Amino acid sequence: MSDMLWLIPLLPLASATLLLVSLGRLPRTLVAYCGAGSVGLSALLVLATALQWDGEPIVRTLWTWMQVGDFAPAIGLYVDGLTLVMMSVITGVGFLIHLYSTEFMQEDESLSRYFAYMNLFVGAMLILVMADNLLFLYLGWEGVGVCSYLLVGFWYRDPANGAAARKAFIVTRIGDTAMALGLFLLFTQLGTLNVQAMPVLANARWEGGETVIVLATALLLGGAVGKSAQLPLHTWLPDAMAGPTPVSALIHAATMVTAGVYLIARTHELFLLAPATMAAVALLGLFTLLLAAFTALNQRDIKRILAWSTISQIGYMFLALGVGAWSFGIFHLMTHAFFKALLFLAAGAVIHCLHHQHDIFRMGGLRRRLPLVFWSFLIGSAALAALPFTSGYYSKDLILLSAFQFPQLGPWLWFGGLLGAALTAIYSFRLVFIVFFGEVQTEPDKKPGWRMSAPLGLLCLLSLFGGLISLPHDGVLGGNEHPHVPAAIEWISIAVPIIGVVLAYLLFLGRQWSLQTLLDSAPGRWLTAFWQSGWRVDGLYDLLWVKPWYRFTYLLRNEPVDRFYDGLTLLAAGGHRAMAYLQNGRLRWYATAMAAGLMILLSLLVGAP
Amino acid sequence: MAGLQVPLEHVMLLAAALFVAGLAGLMARRNILFMLMSLEVMLNAAALAFVAAGARWGQPDGQIVFMLILTVAAAEVSVGLGLVLQVQRRFKTLDMDQANRLRG
Repeated sequence: MSDMLWLIPLLPLASATLLLVSLGRLPRTLVAYCGAGSVGLSALLVLATALQWDGEPIVRTLWTWMQVGDFAPAIGLYVDGLTLVMMSVITGVGFLIHLYSTEFMQEDESLSRYFAYMNLFVGAMLILVMADNLLFLYLGWEGVGVCSYLLVGFWYRDPANGAAARKAFIVTRIGDTAMALGLFLLFTQLGTLNVQAMPVLANARWEGGETVIVLATALLLGGAVGKSAQLPLHTWLPDAMAGPTPVSALIHAATMVTAGVYLIARTHELFLLAPATMAAVALLGLFTLLLAAFTALNQRDIKRILAWSTISQIGYMFLALGVGAWSFGIFHLMTHAFFKALLFLAAGAVIHCLHHQHDIFRMGGLRRRLPLVFWSFLIGSAALAALPFTSGYYSKDLILLSAFQFPQLGPWLWFGGLLGAALTAIYSFRLVFIVFFGEVQTEPDKKPGWRMSAPLGLLCLLSLFGGLISLPHDGVLGGNEHPHVPAAIEWISIAVPIIGVVLAYLLFLGRQWSLQTLLDSAPGRWLTAFWQSGWRVDGLYDLLWVKPWYRFTYLLRNEPVDRFYDGLTLLAAGGHRAMAYLQNGRLRWYATAMAAGLMILLSLLVGAP
Repeated sequence: MAGLQVPLEHVMLLAAALFVAGLAGLMARRNILFMLMSLEVMLNAAALAFVAAGARWGQPDGQIVFMLILTVAAAEVSVGLGLVLQVQRRFKTLDMDQANRLRG
């Protein structure tokens, strides 16, 4: 079976090629079969590989990519437990989302283009996780970036979507540049980018804490931060919600945005050599999760709430990575993929059934109108809030307890994470209570069909019981022992999300307490606006980067550098005209010119000493 | 009888004079027939120089090159006369200053 490994990324890529080349001339049913079927087949192959896997990493070198001196990166696949988890999430959740898309995008005129991009994305993402060297990984890394750009701007007729797509591309590009520099640095230092050889060489070369390795990991972290939408490069993700909802579910929640987490886990032995970078990872994760949680609390757009919660949950994964709980970070990645895909797909169903309504205050009372969607949302939110015995509970609890054990900063990290968990519970149940309870604001005009319902049902099961799956990556990554902390800490960690849900109930459903007076006061209004804008980070970047850049480009609008080259072209054109004048078609003139030229040449030759 | 009977300088001067005469004719005449004839004069001037030099140093090379030049001249004339016919047919004139359509 492992010899069929190359088929796993190839199937979606082949389907993408077919769909792109056919230019939308294939029948719509065939497009749907092709798009969803190829990912489904990949998922089956992944399942077969996982069942036959004997615990040893599978290495398959397909061919040498290029050979430049000593540098010969391979097109090679490397599959260990970590890769297997990622592959299962990508193809499994990916297939469910593709299936869902066949109904969600049914009426869209560019169905073929949609599935082509989606398949291309799945293929690139599989390359990213299966690559056996960081250069090949970078190929997949850029591939998913391009697909993200294409799919955020999928409805390109609205200029706002195009702007969101460009923002997503440019902001992640800043991180990608840092990552490329990190790869250069690692290659010059170690002479290889192979994922197996690199840790060995690094451990032999460095004791830990040297500037070079700290710098290299910091640059890799830059790439991870860009892709995974963490501070300070998180601003693109909320805007990326301009794409179709299944895209948000697959790319901007379940898989692509977790690529940064995967990168750090994949190179975790390098990060172990750089304690300073590890601390930075943990702190970045903590700040991001708090910032995003506060922001999610104040949004009105159903997809933006979920987007901010994604940023916040990836913050938890970074926190886990930073404190060295690699396994729990990846565990949370997986459970998050389940419940966030579920939440996005359920949100997509709500939007689909309510004539593209995004504002949660125009929804309400959908509990009886769309019962399946309600239950999906409830289960997804429970897992997101980490209520006991849902999948999110297992992973988040482990992360919080591991954070507590971290030397020095531990209790603070734990406390911050706990505050974030309370906020998570409040904002996710605020969403549930406002959308599904209360009075009906907009009547749904259709019901989700089986192709939308089936993925929701399956993801519900995964969100509930996904925490019980024992992961095969424990052998690859360290940090998988259950943390030993005082019992009180454990109980507090379990209780806080429940308190958050009760608070949300009192505030948004029971209306026992009202924050209205508090919100209407001047500081309250200022604070809400501040949080709603995502702590004004966008505005700050506008002021610091975007506006000065526009001003600079305005200065350069006449392209002063080009003036010099314009002069050169003018000179050449003038010379051409003068020479063309000599070409007068008179034979005698040519003969005379030749004679004169010969004379001059001869006299030069003869006259020369 | 080996060697050259007259001084080489004289022959060379004659060849140069013939060459210049040919060149002057080429530059001055407008009729393509006369231009071709001037070309012949120039070729023959060069050939004379070769023959004289060959005789002066007792080498056969000069005469071999003369044969070569003769062949080139014959080929040139055959192509040239063909061109003359075409020019006459298309332009109804042999004046090369009139036939200047190939200009930049």
